[in-house]
Amino acid sequence: MNKTSIKLPPIATLGPFIALLLACLFFATQSERFLSAQNFSLILQQVMVVGVIAIGQTLIILTAGIDLSCGMVMALGSVVMTKFAADFGLPAPAAIACGIAVTTLFGLVNGLLVTKVKLPSFIVTLGTLNIAFAITQLYSKSQTVTDIPDGMTLLGNTFRIGDTAIVYGAVLMLALYLLTWFALRETKPGRHVYAVGNNPEATRLTGIATEKVLLSVYVLAGVFYGIASLLTVARTGAGDPNAGQTENLDAITAVVLGGTSLFGGRGVVLGTLVGALIVGVFRNGLTLMGVSSVYQILVTGILVILAVATDQLSRKGAR
Amino acid sequence: MSFHNTTIRLGLIAASVAAACAAQAAEPVIGLITKTETNPFFVKMKEGADAEARKLGAKLLSAAGKSDGDNAGQVTAMENMIAAGAKTILITPSDSKAIVPAIKKAREQGVMVIALDSPTDPENATDALFATNNYKAGELIGAYAKAALGGKKPVIATLDLFPGHPVGAQRHNGFLKGYGLSSLDAKSNELAKPAEVVCMADSYGDRSKGQTGMENCLQKNPAINLVYTINEPAAAGAYNALKAAGKEKDVVIVSVDGGCAGVADVGKGVIAATSQQYPLRMAAMGVAAGVEYAKTGKKVSGYTDTGVTLIASKPQAGVDSKDVKTGTDLCWGAK
Repeated sequence: MNKTSIKLPPIATLGPFIALLLACLFFATQSERFLSAQNFSLILQQVMVVGVIAIGQTLIILTAGIDLSCGMVMALGSVVMTKFAADFGLPAPAAIACGIAVTTLFGLVNGLLVTKVKLPSFIVTLGTLNIAFAITQLYSKSQTVTDIPDGMTLLGNTFRIGDTAIVYGAVLMLALYLLTWFALRETKPGRHVYAVGNNPEATRLTGIATEKVLLSVYVLAGVFYGIASLLTVARTGAGDPNAGQTENLDAITAVVLGGTSLFGGRGVVLGTLVGALIVGVFRNGLTLMGVSSVYQILVTGILVILAVATDQLSRKGAR
Repeated sequence: MSFHNTTIRLGLIAASVAAACAAQAAEPVIGLITKTETNPFFVKMKEGADAEARKLGAKLLSAAGKSDGDNAGQVTAMENMIAAGAKTILITPSDSKAIVPAIKKAREQGVMVIALDSPTDPENATDALFATNNYKAGELIGAYAKAALGGKKPVIATLDLFPGHPVGAQRHNGFLKGYGLSSLDAKSNELAKPAEVVCMADSYGDRSKGQTGMENCLQKNPAINLVYTINEPAAAGAYNALKAAGKEKDVVIVSVDGGCAGVADVGKGVIAATSQQYPLRMAAMGVAAGVEYAKTGKKVSGYTDTGVTLIASKPQAGVDSKDVKTGTDLCWGAK
């Protein structure tokens, strides 16, 4: 597997960046408050939860899988960590570890069902989505947990660069993106993820343990969902059992907008960040313009189709 | 979203099984259909209906749509409940217009249909409506906000439900009316936007979306000094955003619902005032009416106001309000 064979066609790499730039240019002409460092910091913090979920989603989609359970697993993780702290008086780090352990366990279950029982990821995660949702509601009795220790919301605090307040959680998200980008690009296990997504059979025949690669991708995704659990708790200051209901589709949207192919094997994780930002920029910009958020949904729909069509056409072209 | 579909189907199968068992017994069968299973408001409503049904010896079937706005799920639930022998259906319509044909069909089969919490459109599509007056709930917090601002020029952000929902419009327009600003009447489904309202965002009644909306509104106009919120989770999100900006002391947040967590937030100073409603009472009244209909064949009719009370920690001169302790005792009609 050499690097050139999985290089993206320029349009798929550049497309999302161009769309993001155009959107920013448009909103800059519509509102004088849009183009400020503080506003961009705000957009970053608004996308940090779905952004981190989308890293896990990208890994899975790169292997030609999909994860519908991510948002609900994230909600379960946040309810577990806040309730463990509130009900049992666990110190923040221990409670956080328990929450991330639960989301990782869900990743492991998803991965085992996909690799050992050979079930399609769509169906597996449809099942675990419902299971995670039900456990979240039953365990929390549909009540929001607000009595949480300060240590759990540290990532929601800000530091200042000049006049701009930046949330620690947003920095963590950016760091996770860079780390994942580097790992996928430069490390052997990272290259194996692409290889499994491109052609699992050929990859297996070259002696790579494809099942192990797949399983670790699902487990790792579970870890990312756990970090997202912590970020949503830090951001909202609560464990909300009704969180995460749209995050699965939002995360898939970010991945697709970012140019990663739903057929696996092609894509750049930094594109996913751009995809998440496009949605955040539209939501923010339209509010500043005083326009209904329904237009954000409309534009997102159009861009998703454009992104998938671009991928499909470039695949045909490559043949 | 497909996951909820699946959840609902499971729920409906369970409801049908429960219904089949119920049909064996001679006790009156009453169906309760809420908008969702997860909103604490509807969870409370179901608890109220359950308690009353047990007390009066009726069988209660309950179901919900997959999310707010899901009409098909509610129609399916209604059909299954009627098949299971329900003679009374209590429903909180998710879509006030789309549900009407299904209700008409049910009533033609001799089923009494009572709308809870929000009316159908037209309102006389159901036999009766037991609801809180959402416009009045808005007016109460509007009047309170005016007194709380004490002559300061209002710079208002509204964190609304989502476009086109009557409850969202009634609370929003009632709030502006209560403040004495130009507004629309209780029948309108549009959101009024006088000059004093500098920013409007859809919160979907959700904590994190409320926070995002407030952050964007502060970006648009940092001078905002009054925030109207559709419900208390949205208010808690707004408070988070204001606190992050160091403005939580300078801004008055008002809300609607009077849930136990929301009243606690009034006590903590997160929310200045909230209009308290009583879903438990609505549901209990509905069940009692259903039992009465099964026994005597007498239907209820018209609109019954289940009441709304302003809860505030700091009373304002000229505005009638109850304190946090009263609010906690009554939260969501616990008594």
